[in-house]
Amino acid sequence: MELNVIIKTISKYWPMFIRGAGVTLVISIIGTIIGFIIGLIIGVIRTIPMPEKGFKRILLKIVNATLAVYIEVFRGTPMIVQAMVIYYGSKQAFNIDMTPLFAGIFIVSINTGAYMAEIVRGGIVSIDKGQFEAAYAIGMSHVQTMVNVVLPQAIRNILPAIGNEFVINIKDTSVLNVISVTELFFQTKSVAGNNFKYFETFFIASAIYLVMTFTVTRILRFIERKMDGPENYIIYANQMQVETPEDALRREQLMKGNK
Amino acid sequence: MKKIIEVQHLSKIFGEHEVLKDIDFSVSKGEVVCIIGSSGSGKSTLLRCINLLEKPSGGQILYNGENILDDKHDTRTYRTKLGMVFQQFNLFNNHDVLSNCMIGQIKVLKRSKAEAREVAMKYLKVVGMEQFINAKPRQLSGGQKQRVAIARALSMEPDVMLFDEPTSALDPEMVGEVLKVMRELAESGLTMLVVTHEMGFAREVADRVVFMDKGVIAEEGTPEQIFNNPTQERTREFLKRTLQQN
Repeated sequence: MELNVIIKTISKYWPMFIRGAGVTLVISIIGTIIGFIIGLIIGVIRTIPMPEKGFKRILLKIVNATLAVYIEVFRGTPMIVQAMVIYYGSKQAFNIDMTPLFAGIFIVSINTGAYMAEIVRGGIVSIDKGQFEAAYAIGMSHVQTMVNVVLPQAIRNILPAIGNEFVINIKDTSVLNVISVTELFFQTKSVAGNNFKYFETFFIASAIYLVMTFTVTRILRFIERKMDGPENYIIYANQMQVETPEDALRREQLMKGNK
Repeated sequence: MKKIIEVQHLSKIFGEHEVLKDIDFSVSKGEVVCIIGSSGSGKSTLLRCINLLEKPSGGQILYNGENILDDKHDTRTYRTKLGMVFQQFNLFNNHDVLSNCMIGQIKVLKRSKAEAREVAMKYLKVVGMEQFINAKPRQLSGGQKQRVAIARALSMEPDVMLFDEPTSALDPEMVGEVLKVMRELAESGLTMLVVTHEMGFAREVADRVVFMDKGVIAEEGTPEQIFNNPTQERTREFLKRTLQQN
């Protein structure tokens, strides 16, 4: 490996790397967010308590079965194959013409959604039954309970797993090069095809991938800490109301001392 | 006196196990009823059946004369009329103290934020937790959590308060502060149904004591009758056992 080759490659091809990294980030951010929303909705539906009888029970069973199929299919097949089937398949079979970028976002979203659905379900199941009961006991509906009480706690708990998905997405968008999405791997391949310096060029790409994933994990860790807040509660207001006679004496002495 | 809750022939079966057998029981307006009995006697299940956290297997529950087990009856509206206090507090962990007391009012009773805040503050003062409005549940002690839980239930301004062993999960030194709040509430004329192991509280505060054993109401009467002249052998035995421990 020669340092000057790396420097030369960067100075000549940096716009391609930047563009590639940009596309990778766009696809993985949008894909993770949409996938998360899909996961939230499915997670909530899959935890609705089963009614004992009637039409609603049948409907819920059908919906649950459909969602289970979706999860199994998209978790159980490689994303690279899904990309081929959806991008080229939709073109040949249904005559739907997608741009590679749109197809890329679509594939990453529904793929992430399948994983997220299970992550969210796990997060909801991990919340203490008492939280549900307390919410039901004051008259909340299932959706109100979820939105106001359970999901905020579940999301906090699954944040590390969401971060995982995000990092995986940043790396796995590289498979989208098979449908010629111009993400980082695709661009790197083009650069290496020009200068034939495979080692140096892909070394640069790995450094860029590492910077992106590392930044994302740091940001998520920061958000986690923000959400947790302080461990102990300090009464800032109304100090005088809880003042003991000893405190009052000490305060007076302090004030005298300051004069 | 007007009966608020009337339980008729209530039964509850978990699998093979019959937890409640043909329970007949009622609570009148302004009354404080304590349910005592050993663990597994079905006290908590009875309470949970009353606010439908458990679905009864048979029988009827009348609320102001209306059968709430009827399919047409709106469970959620009914639940707002009952305030529930749990053994494990079950405060909403993602909300602070004030918000715990406001969220139900805003989302379920559709009160305005300002009104909800005013009501919440009123009841937080009743339980003596008004200094902690911005604290998160995990920053509070068990006794403080339970007092907030009581304020949360009161903020919905229910007709009846249900207490499911409110002091059983507390350290001994925190039991007093919760019982003190409950005593004040009882004196204010609130209708209360309390499942408890605190015999002293039952004896002093209750208008009526119900002793449950193996899924049936074995005996009920004034605290005087139950504690001083129990007619049933099993009541006598239970009291002997528990009072010895204390």
